[in-house]
Amino acid sequence: MNIIAFPIFFPFLLVIVMIMVRSVKLAKCLAIAGSAINIIGILLIFQQVSKNDILVLNMGGWPAPYAITLVADYLSSLMLLVTAIIVFSISVYAYNFIQEDDGNSKFYVFFFSLLMGVNGAFITGDVFNLYVWFEVMLLSSFVLITLGKRKEQLEGGIKYMALNLIASLLFLAGLGLLYGKTGTLNMAHLAQILKDDQQAILINTSAMLFFIAFGIKAAVFPVFFWLPSSYHTANITITSLFAGLLTKVGVYALIRFFTLFFIQDSDFWHTLLLIIAGFTMIIGGMAASAHYETRRILSYHIISQIGYMIMGLGIFTPLAIAGAIYFTVHNMIAKTNTFLIAGVINKMKGTYYLKNIGGLFKESPMLAILFIIPAFALAGIPPLSGFFAKFMLIKAGFEDEHYFVTSVAIFTGILTLYSVIKIWNEAFLKKHPDETKVHDKFKPGFIDILPSIILGLGSIGLGVFAKYFFEITSAAAEQLLNPDFYINNILNTVK
Amino acid sequence: MNSTILQISSRYLNIILLIASVFALIRGHNQPGGGFIGGLLASLSVIFNSLAYSPEEILKKLRIKPIQHIALGLILVLLSIIPSLLAHKPVMHGIWIKGSSAFLQSVKIGTPLLFDIGVFFTVIGVTLLFFFSLLIKK
Amino acid sequence: MEILLAILTGLLFAVGVYLILRRSIIKFIIGIIFLSNATNLLVFLSAGLVSGKPVFVPGGEIAMQADPLPQALVLTAIVIGFGIVVFTIALKYKFFKTTGTDDLDQLQQTDK
Repeated sequence: MNIIAFPIFFPFLLVIVMIMVRSVKLAKCLAIAGSAINIIGILLIFQQVSKNDILVLNMGGWPAPYAITLVADYLSSLMLLVTAIIVFSISVYAYNFIQEDDGNSKFYVFFFSLLMGVNGAFITGDVFNLYVWFEVMLLSSFVLITLGKRKEQLEGGIKYMALNLIASLLFLAGLGLLYGKTGTLNMAHLAQILKDDQQAILINTSAMLFFIAFGIKAAVFPVFFWLPSSYHTANITITSLFAGLLTKVGVYALIRFFTLFFIQDSDFWHTLLLIIAGFTMIIGGMAASAHYETRRILSYHIISQIGYMIMGLGIFTPLAIAGAIYFTVHNMIAKTNTFLIAGVINKMKGTYYLKNIGGLFKESPMLAILFIIPAFALAGIPPLSGFFAKFMLIKAGFEDEHYFVTSVAIFTGILTLYSVIKIWNEAFLKKHPDETKVHDKFKPGFIDILPSIILGLGSIGLGVFAKYFFEITSAAAEQLLNPDFYINNILNTVK
Repeated sequence: MNSTILQISSRYLNIILLIASVFALIRGHNQPGGGFIGGLLASLSVIFNSLAYSPEEILKKLRIKPIQHIALGLILVLLSIIPSLLAHKPVMHGIWIKGSSAFLQSVKIGTPLLFDIGVFFTVIGVTLLFFFSLLIKK
Repeated sequence: MEILLAILTGLLFAVGVYLILRRSIIKFIIGIIFLSNATNLLVFLSAGLVSGKPVFVPGGEIAMQADPLPQALVLTAIVIGFGIVVFTIALKYKFFKTTGTDDLDQLQQTDK
């Protein structure tokens, strides 16, 4: 059972190693090796979970509502696995892309403490512990986003910090109110107490605080402004790491909370979630179509796609939840990949502005293929992962008669396709605007595109073996929609 | 800052603060105190000294630098979970050394104490790192 | 006593919100400190106040004890808050040194 603690303690070990290692080259190699071992450990957990359905560990051997409980169910272990794969590809990518002025070995210290925070948030079964992991994640990301100490980074850092700090405080306030009402913070125990609670209106106060807090972290509609104004300032490696992991932790927390214990006043919450999902999708999509800088287009894509996940949660049928999880997994992989490729393009051409680049298809057909996979996966072209994810969500939407929000989702799909094709046309197909400067010095080596190959294969695999992944996500959705299984497993492990 | 009063008093306060920090660390298991408070007290003695003399000088004199304190503390924290793993108990299960000697009766020794010592060093490192990086102008 | 502390919490929240709406970054940080203290007080009050009762009494009755959990939570939250405040101040210091401005309205470079 102790293996559940691996995703927390192994990155912790790596943090210590990275503090002590002096040589930069050694740190880079150790980071790659460490994240490879991380994948193996998490595969073991995943295998255990698929055998036993759920793994529970009460830290320190105290009985369940008192101990800090670590829980790995299908949703958690799936997220852990995707996180591990993304972290591995980014540690390979960082080999060439993290330079002297980005802090070098300091980068790896915070890289792994971020991983520790993300992993901890995915497997904890205790609300306060979730807060602590959010803070671990947040502090590491503060440092990472300002590592280069460039002017725009500091500015982006202040914006990022401001909203996220307020979110943490709201989270803590909601947690305090929840404890005052129920006297427990163990998620399973909370679910058990709140299940028979008649005063749902009192819970709504803290539910709303949690909703705003996680909403800020996940960058949903009225509170997403921090994301596009801060993500693009950091080194592209860090941006792609954040794009893949951070907002999704917020989504994960929303899914966990609003399926496990904030389920009394479901009419109100599901309507609210659907309204917010609609706005998030459409505004993100429209902003992405308006911009001409790769990183900003992709940043707004993150927002519009968070909308789909929230929509799945708002529809709240088994198919919709499964779709939301599928979409989250697909999005984490594809989103990271597009950012990585944007970084390679920047290194070749020295700019992120689409107007100043072009002719990449002729120059590097391999890069073009690698770009088209995640880009078309995001847009939802059939054999790739995005198609199945969107298909599940839209089907669930029509089955449950949410015609309006589903139409918004389809329309946003078209906007996404438009902005992806815009990048494709501008960067790859059109001629380079300045013919004299075409032949630049940098040609991407194998190690620069290896992460994109891994993640691209992931996108294709999610599409081709959609049936298998559909089964996993359906199992995860089924667990989420029947909280009794979760509650019983945690509260009965004492014996 | 060059204040004679501060410099002389820091000489005596140093020892008192360090003893108090170790005292707070050890009694922390069941009473107020513990690694965090002990660490703050210990770092206070260094901070007091650097205010009396100059931070650059004191930082140079420190044999273990703040970042190494952090590393040491984290290593101790990590070590404190190993006995529970070896004993096939859940992670972070407290394992105590049992004995009837007078020393073991007054001071409980076990993995939670090791964890606390880890916290102690980490807090010293972190506080000093905050302090020196805000105070020393490059 | 609880009602007084509840009013104090509300007051601290009000002060914090007022300060984070100001244009100066340093006032924003002070506002964050106020908000975080208000939140800590809120969490601390969540178990109710029990006057003069210790948390742990060896062999004591449950009714004689105060709830230890909010105290532990607040301690953790204070430590986290401490770290975050130091980081924000350091960030602000660095920002001021590079740009020489304390005005939030000047922060428009990354939004264009």
